[in-house]
Amino acid sequence: MLLQIKNLHAGINGKEILRGVNLEVNKGEVHAIMGPNGTGKSTLASVIAGREVFDVTAGEILYKGKNLEALSIEDRAREGIFLGFQYPVEIPGVSITNFLRTAVNEIRKFKGLDPLPGGDFLRLMEEKKRLVEITSNLTNRSVNEGFSGGEKKKNEIFQMAMLEPMLAILDETDSGLDIDALRIVANGVNKLRRPDNAFVVITHYQRLLDYIVPDFVHVLFEGKIVKSGSKELAIELEEKGYDWIKKEQEA
Amino acid sequence: MESEANKILDEVTQGDYKYGFFTDIDMEYAPTGLSEDTIRYISNKKNEPEFLLEFRLKAYRHWLTMAMPKWAHLDIEPINFQDIIFYAAPKRKRELSSLDEVDPELLATFTKLGISLDEQKKLSGVAVDAVIDSVSVKTTFSDTLSKHGIIFCSFSEAVQNHPDLVKQYMGSVVPYTDNYFAALNSAVFSDGSFCFIPKGVRCPMELSTYFRINAANTGQFERTLIVAEEGAYVSYMEGCTAPQRDENQLHAAIVEIVAMKDAEVKYSTVQNWYPGDKNGLGGIYNFVTKRGICKGSNSKISWTQVETGSAITWKYPSCILMGDNSVGEFYSVAVTNHHQQADTGTKMIHLGKNTRSTIISKGISAGKSNNSYRGQVRISKNAVNSRNYSQCDSLLLGSRCGAHTWPYIQVDNKSSIVEHEATTSKISEDQLFYCQQRGISAESAIGLIVNGYAKEVLKQLPMEFAVEAQKLLSISLEGSVG
Amino acid sequence: MQTEHNEIISKARLIGLFEKNRKLLVRNDTKFLAVKRDKAFASFVELGFPDTSLESWSLTDLEECLARGYDYHLHPMKEMDIQKVFRCNIPHLDTAVIGQLNGWYVSKDVPLMKLGNGIIMGSLAEARKTYPQLIEKYYGTMADDMAEGLTALNTAFAQDGVFIYVPDHVKSPRPVQLINVIHHGENLFLQPRNLIVVGANAKLSLVHCDDSYNHQASFSNIVTEVHVGAHGVLDHYKLQNLNNESTLVSSVYFRLEEAANLESHYISLNGGMLRNNIRLLFNGPHGNANIYGIYLMDGRQHVDNQVFVDHAHPGCTSHEMFKGILDEHAHAIFNGHVLVRRDAVKTDARQTNKNILLTDTARVNSKPFLEIYNDDVKCSHGSTTGQLDTESMFYMRQRGIGEDTARMLLMFAFADEIVSKIAIPQLRQRIEDMVKKRLQGELQICEQCVLHCSSPEHPVEFQIDMSKILA
Ligand SMILES: Nc1ncnc2c1ncn2[C@@H]1O[C@H](COP(=O)(O)OP(=O)(O)OP(=O)(O)O)[C@@H](O)[C@H]1O
Ligand SMILES: [Mg+2]
Repeated sequence: MLLQIKNLHAGINGKEILRGVNLEVNKGEVHAIMGPNGTGKSTLASVIAGREVFDVTAGEILYKGKNLEALSIEDRAREGIFLGFQYPVEIPGVSITNFLRTAVNEIRKFKGLDPLPGGDFLRLMEEKKRLVEITSNLTNRSVNEGFSGGEKKKNEIFQMAMLEPMLAILDETDSGLDIDALRIVANGVNKLRRPDNAFVVITHYQRLLDYIVPDFVHVLFEGKIVKSGSKELAIELEEKGYDWIKKEQEA
Repeated sequence: MESEANKILDEVTQGDYKYGFFTDIDMEYAPTGLSEDTIRYISNKKNEPEFLLEFRLKAYRHWLTMAMPKWAHLDIEPINFQDIIFYAAPKRKRELSSLDEVDPELLATFTKLGISLDEQKKLSGVAVDAVIDSVSVKTTFSDTLSKHGIIFCSFSEAVQNHPDLVKQYMGSVVPYTDNYFAALNSAVFSDGSFCFIPKGVRCPMELSTYFRINAANTGQFERTLIVAEEGAYVSYMEGCTAPQRDENQLHAAIVEIVAMKDAEVKYSTVQNWYPGDKNGLGGIYNFVTKRGICKGSNSKISWTQVETGSAITWKYPSCILMGDNSVGEFYSVAVTNHHQQADTGTKMIHLGKNTRSTIISKGISAGKSNNSYRGQVRISKNAVNSRNYSQCDSLLLGSRCGAHTWPYIQVDNKSSIVEHEATTSKISEDQLFYCQQRGISAESAIGLIVNGYAKEVLKQLPMEFAVEAQKLLSISLEGSVG
Repeated sequence: MQTEHNEIISKARLIGLFEKNRKLLVRNDTKFLAVKRDKAFASFVELGFPDTSLESWSLTDLEECLARGYDYHLHPMKEMDIQKVFRCNIPHLDTAVIGQLNGWYVSKDVPLMKLGNGIIMGSLAEARKTYPQLIEKYYGTMADDMAEGLTALNTAFAQDGVFIYVPDHVKSPRPVQLINVIHHGENLFLQPRNLIVVGANAKLSLVHCDDSYNHQASFSNIVTEVHVGAHGVLDHYKLQNLNNESTLVSSVYFRLEEAANLESHYISLNGGMLRNNIRLLFNGPHGNANIYGIYLMDGRQHVDNQVFVDHAHPGCTSHEMFKGILDEHAHAIFNGHVLVRRDAVKTDARQTNKNILLTDTARVNSKPFLEIYNDDVKCSHGSTTGQLDTESMFYMRQRGIGEDTARMLLMFAFADEIVSKIAIPQLRQRIEDMVKKRLQGELQICEQCVLHCSSPEHPVEFQIDMSKILA
């Protein structure tokens, strides 16, 4: 099993957001997480990535069988956890090339590998750029600075391709994308799917799941996964909204 | 509501002073000038306990050692303190027990100002303390308030009826040593408002004080003290006017606010003292020390001010954020026209952890006036994770006025964030053209734009106050020339 | 007696020193300059040293610095191998290097040269003798001896320094590098005086470095006057990398004539007590000035930038941007003052100050002040102080970049907004290297000139700018 979340409770400044999340993700699987706004989807993603502003108050997260608790953000990333941000951060003055080169080499160092020679790195960049159909000179610009919403999301997938994670959590990577970009992003993900890695896709739209077909769909509601099912669940949600889930919960 | 607020700014940016009438009331004065005898006279008149006389004398002696501050961006004629009458009060024979006993001239004055002291005819939900020259003449709704344990009365009454509270809090936020004008006020203050909200009580109505300088050659030195105990809430409003006179008159007030744990005090001012005439003759010298302390955790003090009057304004409503997680706010619109000079702003002193402050200041200068924002933001070493955001904008109307921004920022720890932004602009040709193209006259267009510019601050004013202030401004010019 | 040893610097001592040595000081003055000197001395007698009762000095207290005791030399010192000074040049950059050692002009060959294109460069003391009219025309016309005690003191004692004159319509083909080195076995008080004149429609790039060679204390009171003629262009770099025992008060007075253009960069990497007085006067319409500053301070270092821009004429543009990173117990002060006078319509003035505090013991005081007497202007200022952006930190670490590296990258990116404005590529690269070293705590003042401690053969490696490889 790649990821196992047991009874996870987490919050911020004493406010509880996650109230007992259970989730298991195996290698080779794609999981979709859906749910109304503000129910804790992004929080869950951040907590898995080790974001320090959130406090884990109970439960545990096992990754490759090991408890993540003591691992820093960067060590989790180096172990293969990638978070595609719902709102990618702009970092003025740091070019994407510098940024990724630093990331790639620090991850390699962690794995006991030598830094990638400049030429190889550039070739890798060109290859991955093609994968997500980035043609522009995006890579010479500062990280996310002045990017359009769609460009930011494409850039997240590009970075994922560069870093080749084991577990990729994509937080609403589809929102703000036009039809073509959506297809490109989905294709990118599909090309990166391997039997030894896994994806957790957070989305509000069933449409993305036509492209990236999930093995499981979960509904996160008020900090808990209240329903899980196959990809048909997503279709049902698209048709009926969340009201019936709320009612089921209240009942 | 919004159009009300708009109208207010319209009037203050364009109109002449409308409250320049003088009311002929039978008055009682202290001898002109200042000495220990003047102070004893005042204290004696007010039948004050010994501790207060002591306080006054100490303040006076301290004041003698001080000099007028020079650093404000103001051009001030030297003030001769021996020419000023430090105490003037409407004569009254005995304690007033009902409105009928108030001097009818006086009642008429307030009616003219749009302030009704008659509870029946009043807008519901606002309790008023009216201070004319040096003395509180009438406080309304005090009975209703006392049912909640709220004390709202004139300062003199508080001295008589609640001397312990006065003794405990007076001078605790603004000590008499604080500055030149605070020392002067502490020595000679005549009256003012006192307000005490006990633990856990949300004051059910807006409290308000109207100050008016009426008599000639008098200075007004009032003192306001607001104490909100744990979990209490109060919204307090203050309005000021003065008659039109050719000589300058001095107003040096003190406002002290204490907010305990979880308490919130909202203090709003529309300052509309006589600004002097078009040529800079006359007008009030307005030197005011306003300061609040957020003593307990999660407490909040919010200052909102619309400053349109006075020949000279020197005023920095401040917050000392002592309790953890406490919040300070300052919203200000300052309008200067003709020869007015304003030097106003705030101080946010962050002492507790996670303290937050917001400063929004909008200066509008026209004519030959000078309008300065002067603000200090200080994040002390222990105020970890604190935040300040300041925005100070200046709008210049015409090419002979001045707008100045002096922010003093000091940060002594790494986890806090302080942001200050300021812009100076004039009304753009584009905006004007756009309005005019839609059939709006240049004059109304300026009004519209200025109002939009100040909206962020105006919307902070309590509704009742906006209405009252609106009334104040709508008094017709004809009726007001006295 | 012409050298006074290791004594406390006080007003009384300097008055005595002046009176005793007036003859020596005025020996090369024209009558006009001698009068100027005496007036400046009288002004110093009145003003004395600035103390904390003055608002502009309220946060920078010189008392302790002055009390340390310094030698005062009224003659050049000859004990050092002057060749060393010229090893400070920037590799691969073709510059004309001129040097000062302990405040005195030093030269490999002649003390004052006149190049074929008419450019004059060399010792100010020599220039006083050789070109008295030229000196009289500009010297002391920008510095205000009546307002600042230290400027008056400098004028009263000024003997040597650097003089650069670029005649009208001449574009200096190479940057000029002015190196001011302090190297002495004793504490030293020095007062160099520089005069830079860029003629109408002329052009000059000037790299001005202040460096220490050892850890001896020093107090430099430097006054530099800079005139840029109509349509003239000056690209000005001020590098400060002094030891922690040094006090540097650098007063630069810029005067820009009609449509003149100034780019000025203040790069403060090290120094015990640094005070930059930057005063700029637009003396004609349509001038343009960009003033940038970066300061990286730690230990108990103190940096105080005072920038005054006087918009006295219409249509001028001034942009100021000062950024700083403060570590340990460092203290930074920024006081900006933009004055827009009544007739200066169409002024565009911007002031920005941004600071990052790395510790709870570092301190920042920021006062960006706007004083405006005119409605047809575009003026703004901003000041932010905080820590490195936590969102960016999380983002970088999520991509596997270690906390230290992430912090370093963000700090460098913060500084780069200023460094990237350096127009001379070799210099920019050099400064980038120095900034990186400084941020890693590796930059030190050393036996050799500090410009040598990062050689281009071994660039600093924590970040490789691939855009350069791609280009
Ligand atoms: N830094 C924070 N400080 C305070 N509250 C927060 C913080 N981050 C999230 N929350 C709160 O936690 C709750 C869950 O937020 P979260 O971002 O996880 O929702 P979400 O399910 O991702 O919503 P959406 O679909 O809109 O992206 C919300 O109520 C949000 O306001
Ligand atoms: Mg979300």
